This record gives sequence, structure tokens and C-alpha cells, in this order.
Amino acid sequence: MRTQRIWSIIALLFGLLYFALPLIGTLEFSLRARRGVYSLDAYRSVLSDPQFRETFGYSIVMAIFTILVGALIVVPTAYWVRLKLPRLRPVVEFVTLLPLVIPPIVIVFGYIRLYNTSSFLPLTGSIMGTNVLLLLGYTTLALPYMYRAVDTGLRTLDVATLTEAAQSLGAGWTTILARLILPNVLIAVLSGAFITFAIVIGEFVLASLLNRPAFGPYMQLVGANKAYEPAALAVIAFSITWICMGLIQLVTRFSKHTKAKR
Amino acid sequence: MAFLDIEHLEKSFGTNRVVKDFNLEIEQGEFISLLGPSGCGKTTVLRMVAGFESTSSGAIRIDGQDVTNLRPNQRNIGMVFQAYALFPNLTVAENVGFGMRVGKKPKAQIKSRVEEMLQLIGLPGLGGRYPFQLSGGQQQRVALARALAVQPRVLLLDEPLSALDAKIRVSLREEIREIQRELGITTIFVTHDQEEALSMSDRVVVMNGGVAEQTGEPFEIYNHPKSRFVAQFVGTLNTLDATVIDAKTGQVRVGETQIGLNRELPGALAGSTINLALRPEVVSLGRKPGRDTILKGRLAEVHFLGSTIRMRVDVDGALISLDTFNTPDTPPPRIGDAVELSLAERDLLVLTD
Ligand SMILES: Nc1ncnc2c1ncn2[C@@H]1O[C@H](COP(=O)(O)OP(=O)(O)O)[C@@H](O)[C@H]1O
Ligand SMILES: [Mg+2]
Repeated sequence: MRTQRIWSIIALLFGLLYFALPLIGTLEFSLRARRGVYSLDAYRSVLSDPQFRETFGYSIVMAIFTILVGALIVVPTAYWVRLKLPRLRPVVEFVTLLPLVIPPIVIVFGYIRLYNTSSFLPLTGSIMGTNVLLLLGYTTLALPYMYRAVDTGLRTLDVATLTEAAQSLGAGWTTILARLILPNVLIAVLSGAFITFAIVIGEFVLASLLNRPAFGPYMQLVGANKAYEPAALAVIAFSITWICMGLIQLVTRFSKHTKAKR
Repeated sequence: MAFLDIEHLEKSFGTNRVVKDFNLEIEQGEFISLLGPSGCGKTTVLRMVAGFESTSSGAIRIDGQDVTNLRPNQRNIGMVFQAYALFPNLTVAENVGFGMRVGKKPKAQIKSRVEEMLQLIGLPGLGGRYPFQLSGGQQQRVALARALAVQPRVLLLDEPLSALDAKIRVSLREEIREIQRELGITTIFVTHDQEEALSMSDRVVVMNGGVAEQTGEPFEIYNHPKSRFVAQFVGTLNTLDATVIDAKTGQVRVGETQIGLNRELPGALAGSTINLALRPEVVSLGRKPGRDTILKGRLAEVHFLGSTIRMRVDVDGALISLDTFNTPDTPPPRIGDAVELSLAERDLLVLTD
């Protein structure tokens, strides 16, 4: 018992070190832009770079649209599958997991082949079209997380009976989705949204191959050409991810307070 | 024509016929119970009336309008579910007002109607609470108010009391009935609890295997069951085997006792066995005036229930249940004692199927 305890603590410490040391190293390195003293010079340089602001802004906008489109696709789908096609649930679940199995590079080459300028739907021919394509690509990447989050949120509801109760009160499908289902899975959608945000901000392959000015390719560019700034960028990117994770925790904690089960 | 008219209703799931030629006419303001064991098709009938389930064949008419193929949100029917089904993200007031909001009623009208409904269900002042802050009984009352707020043509309740404690179950059923009378709303109440059905309803439909076996007033159903199933399902029933002596005059023998039923037994041959049934309350312990048929037996069980005592007496191998009132100065006989039971011939039911 005692020794077991000690061993698990050692294992935990080892894991923490393995995880934390590179981070600490990066952080430390990012602060050493000025010779001899710690400084925020690298951060200052990054933050004042107009390209940083441009690409970061672009990725944030893309992330927001991805979240909206994702929620718009996933919430009705997960609801409908639970309500009318419960037997298809494993199939749908499998489909939503595909983006984890198929590398983004495959997806993007598929896109480029399918939607090139000489195809039936030449999306890559215009900037707007390419943005749409990138947005759909991001939505696909976020699908596994978004679907899982929403489906888990729906599990706590008696979807069928609530739907029937609303129907008997005169509600149609849009009313049911907007006034009943969405508000009840909003917490789940939010936690899916934060993961999506973190994914989109750091995504490289799709944006790079579709040649859009996103944050991921910018990080790569800086990494290839500068010394301290990449470390600062890495720390910034990590912080964003962590803030997102923290927000997920916060949001789920908050939800437990307001909606304790009867 | 009746207000709610269900004609030749059928429902099959695949090859499984769940509802078979179900017919029912309900007058405006009537309270009808569908009573039957679990799985007999009560919920399916109700869901077809509500529109949640399509019909395999047959027609449903409300106030002369054929609603058979209308969608549920076009039928204007109120529904109360066993699991309450309150919207968890809305307050009590918002739940009650949901139907009116969907119907785009003016805000002021919704507000006053919600208050009126909360008053009606005895929960004024709880409008700001969320469903999870209410007890089961309160939640079900809110569900009732929510269903009634839109002034539906018909109210459907599917075992609304089954999830509640025994005490609340009884008080709430009285409350539901009172509200129903007050509003005069045509109501179908589904239950597997015979006491609920008998105590609340204008008429009861006893269902078995997807078929309406008997429809009638509680008094009628209880005292003149048309089939063995109805007799057994509604109330407690004692059954006795009797040997036919003369089918024309209705002479039979139970154990050593010869009984004249004073009615013809069509199709029964002398020497054959028929099934007799009797309710516990028509049997007395000891001899009683007006109860001239005497059965001899041995006391097998005594259950002290407080104001009444239920006994089971072994008569020739058949256990006969009977109730006596508890009178403090006469303790019940002991198990194993020889006892006499008296009953009137006309209280013996002949079960045909
Ligand atoms: N959606 C369905 N699919 C297949 N069979 C069903 C369905 N709904 C009900 N049944 C079957 O129909 C029968 C009657 O069910 P139900 O109406 O719920 O009975 P009750 O409400 O009287 O308990 C049951 O045998 C049940 O298994
Ligand atoms: Mg049922």
C-alpha cells in the first residue's frame, strides 16, 4: 500500500516533468531575447508585428465561423439521430470520428482536386471560395469534438418526451430546436466551441496548402526565420489552448450549479 | 355525434398488432380512463390520439373534425406525461406560458393566463422557480397547467401519477379530477391502477391485448364485468369451480353445498364444471340475513389492515377472500378454525371465458 503510493507519486512527478520541462524551457528561452537579462522583448516584437495581428485576427474570425457552422450542423444532426434514428447512432459516431483517422493533408488534397479552378465547383478560384473551403475543412476537423460534446449534452435530456411535450403545445421543429434543444445543450456547445477555437488557432496544414493567411502558417514562417520569437509564439499559442481548456472546465462547473438533476 | 370519436382504430408495429379494432365515443367534458395491464396498448391509443404515432387504420375525429392525419402540433391536444417532461431550461411560468408563446399570444395575456393557471394548480408564487427546484407532485401539477394553458380541446394523461409517492398520488388524483370538472375539459386518462380508474372516471375502458374488453361506468364495470379478464383485473375476485347439476334451472354444486343460481346456464352440460366468481364484499363471515347460501371452510389467512380485516378461507381447495370491519370487541377467528361463509346467490358471477 505505502510503497504503491510512493511509486504512483514518482510516476506522476515523472509525467509532470516530461510535460512541463519543454514548456518551462521554451518559456525561459522566449524571455532571453536581450543578452544577460530576462525581458519581454520577443513578445513585444511578436505583438507589434502587423502580420501577427493580421493572421491572428483572420484565424479568430475563422474560428468563430467554424463554431457557428459546426453548431448549426451538429446540434440538429445529433438531435435528429437521437430522436428518430437511434440505431444509426454508432454509424454517425463513426463518421464523426473519421477526421481523427484521416490526416488533414489527405482532406486538403481531396479538396484541391475536387474544387480546383477547372472543376464543377471552382471554390479555389476565388479568395471567398477558398475561405469557405477552409471553413468547411475546419468544421470537419472540429466535428469529432463538437459532436461528442453535443451528444453527451443531449444524453442528459429525455429528448423524445420533451419533443412531444413541445409538439403538443403547438411547437414546430425550428421552435423546438431553437427554444428547447439548443438552450439545453448550450453548455455542451460552448465546451465544443472552445476546443474548436483551440484547434483552428493552431491549425497549419489546411491553411498552408489552401494558401490562406492564418495563424498556423505564420507561426511556421516565424519559426523558420527568427530565434526568440518562435518561442514566444509557442508560449502564446499554448496559453490560448490552456485558457480554452480552463473555460471548458469553468463552463461545465457552472452548469452543474444551475442545473442540478432533480 | 360524440365530441371525440375513435373508430376502428388499429395499430401494428411490424407484424405485431398492438391495438385491434378500438372504438370509443367520448362526450364533451367526459373523463374516460383506459385501464389495463402493462403492454396492453393504452399508451399507443393515447399517442395515436395525440398524433405522436400514426394509425395503421381507423379514424379519430374531434368535434366533427377528422384529425387522423394531422400533425401533433396542429391538433390542439394537451398532454401530460408520466415523466413530467417539463422544459429544464425554462422557469415554471415560462413552462406554463410556452404554448401561448409558441402561439404568438400577446405578452400581457400570457402573463395573466399563467398566473391564473398557477392559481388553479395551487402553486401561486412559484412561477420563478426552475423545474429541478420542485417536488415530483409540484412538477406534475405544473405539467398539467402547461397542458391546460393553451385551452386544448382534449386533455390526455399517460400514467401521470405513477412516478409519485402513494400519498401524493391519492391527493393529486382528486385534484386533477376537480380541475377537470371545473374546466369541463374532455379527458382521457391512462392507468394500470384500477383504484385510480374507478375512483376518477365517468367511464372506464378496460383493455386487454390491444382490445377494449368492456366500456362502462365504474359501478357497471365492477359489478357486472362482461369477461373473466375484466372481472379479475378490476378489483379482487374469488373464483370457485362448480359442478353443473341442471343447466336449465341453474342448479350447481360447490363442495357439499348445492346452490340454485336461478338463471339458465346456456351451453353447460350436466356434470361439467363451470367457473363462478364473487367479490370479497359480498361474502360474510357467519350467517347473515339475506345471504342464504352457506359455504363451509377453514380459515387459512388473516390480514389485519386497520379499519378492515381481510381473511382467506379455504373452501374445498379454493381460497375465498373476504373483508370484515374491525370491531374492537370481536377479535377475528384463529387460523385453522372451521368457519361458515354466507352469500346471496345473485352475487355469484358466472364467468364464461
Ligand atoms: N414504437 C414501438 N415499436 C414497437 N413496438 C411497440 C412500440 N411502442 C409500443 N410497442 C409495443 O406495443 C405494445 C403496447 O405498448 P403500450 O401501448 O406502450 O402499452 P401500455 O401503455 O398499455 O403499457 C407493447 O407490446 C409494446 O412492446
Ligand atoms: Mg403505457
